[in-house]
Amino acid sequence: MFSPVLDVTDLSKRFGDFPAVDGISFSIKPGEILGLLGPNGAGKTTTIQMLLGLVTPTAGSIRMFGMDLATHRETILQQVNFSSTYISMPQSLTVEENLWVIARLYGLLDIPRRVDEIVKKLEMEEFRTRVTRKLSSGQMTRVTLAKAFLTEPKILFLDEPTASLDPDIAGKIRALLKEERRASGLSILYTSHNMREMEEMSDRIIFLQCGKIVAEGTAQEIVTRFGQADLEEVFLKLARESQR
Amino acid sequence: MKLHRVLALIARHLYLYRRSLPRIMEIFYWPFLDLVIWGFITTYLTRFQGQMPGFVTFFLGALILWDMLFRSQQGITISFLEELWARNLMNLFASPLKPSEFLAATMVMSIFKVATVGIVLTLCALLFYSYNVFMIGLWLIPFILNLVLTGWVIGVFTTSLIMRFGQEAEVLAWSMVFLFQPISCVFYPMEILPNWLKLVAWINPAAHIFEGMRAVLGAEGAPSASLAWAVGLNGLFLVIAVWWFYRTFAYCKDQGLLVRIGE
Repeated sequence: MFSPVLDVTDLSKRFGDFPAVDGISFSIKPGEILGLLGPNGAGKTTTIQMLLGLVTPTAGSIRMFGMDLATHRETILQQVNFSSTYISMPQSLTVEENLWVIARLYGLLDIPRRVDEIVKKLEMEEFRTRVTRKLSSGQMTRVTLAKAFLTEPKILFLDEPTASLDPDIAGKIRALLKEERRASGLSILYTSHNMREMEEMSDRIIFLQCGKIVAEGTAQEIVTRFGQADLEEVFLKLARESQR
Repeated sequence: MKLHRVLALIARHLYLYRRSLPRIMEIFYWPFLDLVIWGFITTYLTRFQGQMPGFVTFFLGALILWDMLFRSQQGITISFLEELWARNLMNLFASPLKPSEFLAATMVMSIFKVATVGIVLTLCALLFYSYNVFMIGLWLIPFILNLVLTGWVIGVFTTSLIMRFGQEAEVLAWSMVFLFQPISCVFYPMEILPNWLKLVAWINPAAHIFEGMRAVLGAEGAPSASLAWAVGLNGLFLVIAVWWFYRTFAYCKDQGLLVRIGE
């Protein structure tokens, strides 16, 4: 039995009277891909922001690698990275310069080799020396993913990582994530609004609604429990319930 | 504090300056323009040297030193704004980077700007107006160091306000320092201020530096007391400013402002 790499207990976040996240508990095992599903405003992004130490929880605890995030922030974040469609990188720097800055920030050794590897892996050779401002949104997504992979994290938080990619590149990214998980035991917390992708990628899924976990299990278990045809139907049912 | 993280941020800013003409202009253009205008005013006032002995020489020295304070403050605040504009704060603070390392990097950038502006203005003053800032002598070194510290105090405080209130407070990056100018007694002695304002000026470290500068140029003896006041006040205010920054940082994390700033 492996001890979890991430263990979240009774995690809550209130902004004034609004409970953005309301007492959620879950864990991720080494090498596991956990899908975080839920309609807009369900608390997915706030949860990820708390896991990254960007938002202070109102209550509850976050432990990674057996350490408390509140007291071991630096050691934990050295082994964690993230990518989101909604973040950017400094636009006036080239792709390569951005990667070098991140590599230095995390104190990587042999930076040229590591940058070369990641550029090849994500097929970015063509635009590695281009200023980030001039990239298409798909290329930009690849750069933020490269940033996330560059530091060889043990846990990766991915917030809609394939949202702006064409099907070919999105498929390659999914294959890469699976390969990284297989090769290095990478654990991933994954959010997406693409239900087929969620089913394909996730070992387990957590369904959030109004800041609470309303379902947890494999995609098939959740579909069966809610008596729907597929995950998309479950999503629509829960999303419409939360709008009432 | 890890040096590699501080160096990473410095590299990030130097990359930025390497290919951005507007940013390079921002360092040189305004200081140079200030120098040209005050240089001509000084040249004009030199005609009345008889009525105002020695006073005119204060202006250019004061201008150069004031610009160093201004650039020191800008080094901190603009570095933060660059991250805000690039929507890069999330990348930085979701990494192992500590707020202290972030501040250290902005302080190094501030020294870089002060040094660059200082060299340019000194050379231009010498070349165009035959004004030698080194006539202040060795006192120039502690004066500049203290003005850099005052710039850091104002810069860290302004950065905290921008972090707390977001892009709406951006304008403070350029305007905040001028709130301190009247009570810094840059171009006039403290004694001409009304009594109540003298008290306010007295707790401003920059005012003691400019008083000290006038004492040196007016051959009134060593400005040790002025310098001691400046060092003491700078030390006190820097501790308060950094404490305030940490407090604001914690508040922004609690309110979720750190991830929303710049949106």
